[in-house]
Amino acid sequence: MLLTIRSLTKTFPGTRALDSVDFDLRAGEVHALLGENGAGKSTLIKCLTGAYQRDEGELTLDGAPISPQSTLEAQELGIGTVYQEVNLLPNLTVAENLTFGRQPTRFGMVDGRAMRRQAEEMLSGYGVDVDVRRDLGTYSVAIQQIVAIARAVTLSGKVLILDEPTASLDSREVAMLFDVVRSLREQGLGIIFISHFLDQVFEISDRVTVLRNGCRVATDDIAGLERLRLIEHMLGHELEDETREGRHAHVPSDPSERTLHFEGVGRRGLIEPFDLSVGRGEVIGLAGLLGSGRTESAEVLFGIKPTQTGTARDENGEIALRNPREAVAAGFGFAPEDRKTDGIVADLSVRENIALALQARRGWARPISRAEQNRLADHYIDRLDIRTSDAEKAVGDLSGGNQQKVVLARWLAMNPRFFILDEPTRGIDVGAHAEILRLIEEVTADGMSILVISSELDELVAVADRVIVVRDRRHVAQLTGAEVETDTIVRAIAAPDADSDEEAA
Amino acid sequence: MTSRTLPLFATIAIFLIAYLVCYLQFPAMLSTRVIGNLLTDNAYLGIVAVGMTVVILSGGIDLSVGSVIAFSGVFIAVMLRDTGLHPLVVFALLLAVTTAFGAFMGGLIHVLAMPPFIVTLAGMFLARGAGYMLSVESVPIQHPFYEVLKDAYYLMPGKGRLTLLGVAMLLSVAGGMILAHRTRFGTRVFAMGGGAQTAQLMGVPVGLTTVQIYAFSGFMAGLSGVAFSIYTASGYPLAMVGTELNAIAAVVIGGTILTGGAGYVFGTLIGVLTMGLIQTYIVFDGSLSSWWTKIVIGALLLMFILLQKGLLRLGTARAAA
Ligand SMILES: Nc1ncnc2c1ncn2[C@@H]1O[C@H](COP(=O)(O)OP(=O)(O)OP(=O)(O)O)[C@@H](O)[C@H]1O
Ligand SMILES: [Mg+2]
Repeated sequence: MLLTIRSLTKTFPGTRALDSVDFDLRAGEVHALLGENGAGKSTLIKCLTGAYQRDEGELTLDGAPISPQSTLEAQELGIGTVYQEVNLLPNLTVAENLTFGRQPTRFGMVDGRAMRRQAEEMLSGYGVDVDVRRDLGTYSVAIQQIVAIARAVTLSGKVLILDEPTASLDSREVAMLFDVVRSLREQGLGIIFISHFLDQVFEISDRVTVLRNGCRVATDDIAGLERLRLIEHMLGHELEDETREGRHAHVPSDPSERTLHFEGVGRRGLIEPFDLSVGRGEVIGLAGLLGSGRTESAEVLFGIKPTQTGTARDENGEIALRNPREAVAAGFGFAPEDRKTDGIVADLSVRENIALALQARRGWARPISRAEQNRLADHYIDRLDIRTSDAEKAVGDLSGGNQQKVVLARWLAMNPRFFILDEPTRGIDVGAHAEILRLIEEVTADGMSILVISSELDELVAVADRVIVVRDRRHVAQLTGAEVETDTIVRAIAAPDADSDEEAA
Repeated sequence: MTSRTLPLFATIAIFLIAYLVCYLQFPAMLSTRVIGNLLTDNAYLGIVAVGMTVVILSGGIDLSVGSVIAFSGVFIAVMLRDTGLHPLVVFALLLAVTTAFGAFMGGLIHVLAMPPFIVTLAGMFLARGAGYMLSVESVPIQHPFYEVLKDAYYLMPGKGRLTLLGVAMLLSVAGGMILAHRTRFGTRVFAMGGGAQTAQLMGVPVGLTTVQIYAFSGFMAGLSGVAFSIYTASGYPLAMVGTELNAIAAVVIGGTILTGGAGYVFGTLIGVLTMGLIQTYIVFDGSLSSWWTKIVIGALLLMFILLQKGLLRLGTARAAA
């Protein structure tokens, strides 16, 4: 056995995050670690790599007991890790990030040229075009994630740990990552893989271990394991209608009844001018590859990137959307894709975070009463199944997926009339996933209009009344009614376009 | 030019323009004499500002340095008066003391997880008090070796004097540039400025690095104290009040971001020289009162903070695109 964990226990004030967990990792296997948001997956990893100090338990690597006191020590033992919530340091160059801590030196000084060469080599297997001399922060989240992976792979002499590494990658990048993982497996490394994408888990893993509420509930070979059984392990009960595909009646609103109109909005270099009309209670899906202009469309609509052309208006006339503040004032909401950095105040409590945006809109002169805040917090903790010991816990101490739910809750509390959701279910477990889709249905019944951006087509099919396809920074197609099917969407995304080329994605 | 280097170039441009303005009004200001004096007169500030740059790059602050410089002057003067030790031995002793003092503050910051502001503020009072304990009055230094140090210079063409102090400052800056930009330690400093938690997950020994950073600042403050005692040939516990703020101002004018993680040691040198230039101008003019220095420095600071804010916004906007 390459790595063993025996009766690992870790408590935080008010929570027992891990309760006597056992875990084995063989050389040459990909071992998936699954569980709901807040089950304790990331905590297990951090105890293993010395980022947290465990309360109890033994670790062995190659049969010898280990007890890393710091992540540096774990790195030196040959354990490379991609942590869930960090994408390295944006203020250092790509090369510095990749070689950090082991930069080649000459006479005690960092040898810049050798460092860059080394960095380029490390990235060579991932098919990305990156200038390693530039600051990491100037690149997209996807590239940052690939850089983090490349770094961890190089550090992993024996064990590679990937905590939700694919959250911002598109399918091509995921395929590339899996090729790398497979070749490492062949070299005899042990790989721990955490993900909420069950398809990916089935594709790459050899075994799975499931955690629930800090306890290990099962370890199984993936071959012969049924998907539904796996989900049952994770949730502790059966999932009520996991796939809602096709059950939703795709009723686009009657064009004459659409109340919110965008005409010719666009911004050069980001997204070509497009028209969009939205009806009350309508869900519009936005499909397309990563980098096709999906997020950019949303940012233009919400005033994050001011429009250069076009107008927006509703029944009462024109709406100004020069910046997010005006968008919020117009009753818009936007839950961004990168919720790690956007939109969370880690030191404030769950209650305060949920009340924050609502309070800002009401103005600070009219405070929301404590009772009202508590009511809001309790409502959304219950509704979105936010796993927290209580509403006063600092959001920064929640698990990654639960932090995302808090961001959603904050916007929902404002009850916007037009709500833009960018990848609402990334990093959220299967149970909560279904819950969020149900919630979308519920709020739209009350009249909220929603624009959902998602790479998971099943999800779009499940909730959207209409789907707009974006390609090469252009809105290229609109699918309605019976056309809203996975196949049709895929075909529309891939449809050969006279001048489209692969690289644009 | 990236948004990273822009503040540095802005600093250099401002310095050159300011110099040009001075030159047009007083052509005599473009002489090796003035340049030599500029270096000598600001040597102590330049040396301590190098240490401050490293601290600020790491996302910290060190308020104790002014007091440490004053303490150094008194320590040296009293030791030379009361013992027969050679000044070089006294210097070595002093540097050991100030480095240990800095390391101690760094340790406290890490172990108690206290804001550097508070810990070094306490350090500031402590060092000032220690200076008083050694002597309440100004203590003159009369040692033949001091005469040698003071008169050591290289005569530049045009009769300007490149003094030992000026050279010491330039060497400190060069050393600081190598340390911050060309060593693994330097990368760790930038990493901490970029985010202590991330840095820790990437394998930065945060505790050790914090101790090293403040030890370095303590060392540079000690060195600056030596320079200052050579410059004034005395030690006085009330000297150098507010120098830490001048050092911080030089660092910020030099283009380093006050929240850490981005900046250049070379910029700090330009920041120091810019501040020195304003003073020189006032001396040349003769009719201006010296508080103009403060006003101009205040305006410059404000300008740079606004520039940085603007760049930061530009940077995030571009990253989001
Ligand atoms: N630093 C901390 N302080 C207090 N509680 C914490 C801390 N870190 C994690 N927890 C708690 O420990 C539990 C397990 O969290 P963990 O991050 O391990 O979940 P996870 O399985 O990784 O979930 P996700 O899928 O959402 O990432 C959660 O209840 C969380 O609130
Ligand atoms: Mg996690």
